[in-house]
Amino acid sequence: MATVISNERLANGVYHLRVEGDHGGKMGQFYMLRAWGAYPLLSRPLSIHQVNDDGVEFLYHVVGEGTEIFAELTPGDAIQLEGPFGNGFPEVEGKVALIGGGIGIAPLYYCARQLPDSDVYLGFSREAFRTEAFRPLAAELTVDVGGLILNSVDFNSYDHIFVCGPQPMLKAAQMKGAAAGAGGRSPKVYLSLENRMACGIGACLVCSVSCRDGQRKACTDGPVFLAEEVVFHD
Amino acid sequence: MISTSVDTTATIAGVHFKNPVVMASGTFGFGKEYGKLYDVDILGGISGKGLTLHAKAGNAGIRVYETASGLLNSVGLENPGVEAFLSKELPYWETLDTARIVNLGGNTLADYVLGAELIQRDANQRALEGRKAVDMIELNISCPNVKEGGIAFGVKTPAAKEVVRAVRAATSLPLAVKLSPNAEDIAEMAEMCEAEGADAVSLINTISGMKIDVRRRRSVFNNLYAGLSGPAIKPVALRMVHQVANRVTIPVIGMGGITSATDIIEFIMAGATVVQVGTYNFMNMRAGSTLVEELHQFMLEENISSLDEIRGIV
Repeated sequence: MATVISNERLANGVYHLRVEGDHGGKMGQFYMLRAWGAYPLLSRPLSIHQVNDDGVEFLYHVVGEGTEIFAELTPGDAIQLEGPFGNGFPEVEGKVALIGGGIGIAPLYYCARQLPDSDVYLGFSREAFRTEAFRPLAAELTVDVGGLILNSVDFNSYDHIFVCGPQPMLKAAQMKGAAAGAGGRSPKVYLSLENRMACGIGACLVCSVSCRDGQRKACTDGPVFLAEEVVFHD
Repeated sequence: MISTSVDTTATIAGVHFKNPVVMASGTFGFGKEYGKLYDVDILGGISGKGLTLHAKAGNAGIRVYETASGLLNSVGLENPGVEAFLSKELPYWETLDTARIVNLGGNTLADYVLGAELIQRDANQRALEGRKAVDMIELNISCPNVKEGGIAFGVKTPAAKEVVRAVRAATSLPLAVKLSPNAEDIAEMAEMCEAEGADAVSLINTISGMKIDVRRRRSVFNNLYAGLSGPAIKPVALRMVHQVANRVTIPVIGMGGITSATDIIEFIMAGATVVQVGTYNFMNMRAGSTLVEELHQFMLEENISSLDEIRGIV
């Protein structure tokens, strides 16, 4: 059991959870969390927002029964963490763009801390949150509310592009990545997928991802995949 | 007399189970992932992810949905196929000191037989070298999540009989048949398995269920229906295990919603020889070690020196 340090509301339905303890992890990895006994039955996967000396931080969006319980947590409450799990984003060199959509900005903060010369692009459908925390870390910060953040990114300007957001955005990033390269750099595009999970450790095949070379697991082979490997179904 | 140690062992067709806690097919992979979290040799056994002759990609769309005290799944038997299992997973199984059960499904009668033959051939080859990696086959005639086969064989006794007979003829390995709660008559099904030479029956597989997304006005699952597991189905499972145990003389492997030592005791009292634990693995990543410890503790507290004392007493 771990202890909640704080659980701050950032925007409508969006919270910033800080949990005490020696919880490590790489950028793009996730933890399985539960703040209840038996039900809801499954733990919830949340990506690492930041790792500190005294604990680990998460951003989450209230979308159902589990995150509703998270939203009620107050400092001192107990919470159970298992992890870190998943492959995470690769350690890269060169010019990097970090592109987040909505709650998909969550893992990118930890990336921005570790890749300090990155350009950061944050897109929101209605309300922006946590953008000022990125500002001192980003070489350049672009924020968009209500539009398509991908339209602001010139893929040819980067060696590596990390993307996390809703599936239509990931799909669009995949297409932009495939089209990039003519007359500029040819960026490697990495997508962090958000799939429903049950076990979180690669045993149950609930989070299966269709890839060019067959089925892979979001929890252990991912959640980060090279964009060109993923086959999106509608 | 106050007992300081308890006997949790059981034997099915010569296969030794150090305790009745067996991990259920489809929830435990082939054990490797959980083996990183705790020593899986403490378990009574492991039933591996359901295999088919050829690899399957499984179902598209959402594969899992929580219900009141339960879980609907529609994984659709995604698996690497029998041959890939034999070459890639069995080296790990060979290192394990727990009962190793291969769960075998199929789309056609021929697939079941060819799958069983491959497993048998591998076991024969290993036996020549003095090695062993598979202790038992669990025949899955009850997966509700694949369109052809699977459940189609598990509902009607005559259809199931053909599969059990053919697979029995194809392997000399201990054979358990996993039964569906969706069977027209599960006790009759179990009697058929016994008559056809099965060494055990295991039950229950998931109960066919459904979830509708009211805003999208469609089923949550691409495959329309899904399989319900977890504590929600435990009373049904217990009743069926009790019914079947009273109709057959072969051992019954009981499962359905087990999340505690007392749940295990209930199944044993209903007549199960050993039990399987599935969905609880998703509620507690160390489910196996929790249950083995809890069971031991419960038996000490209740002064039960051997599970044989209480097996089938209800």
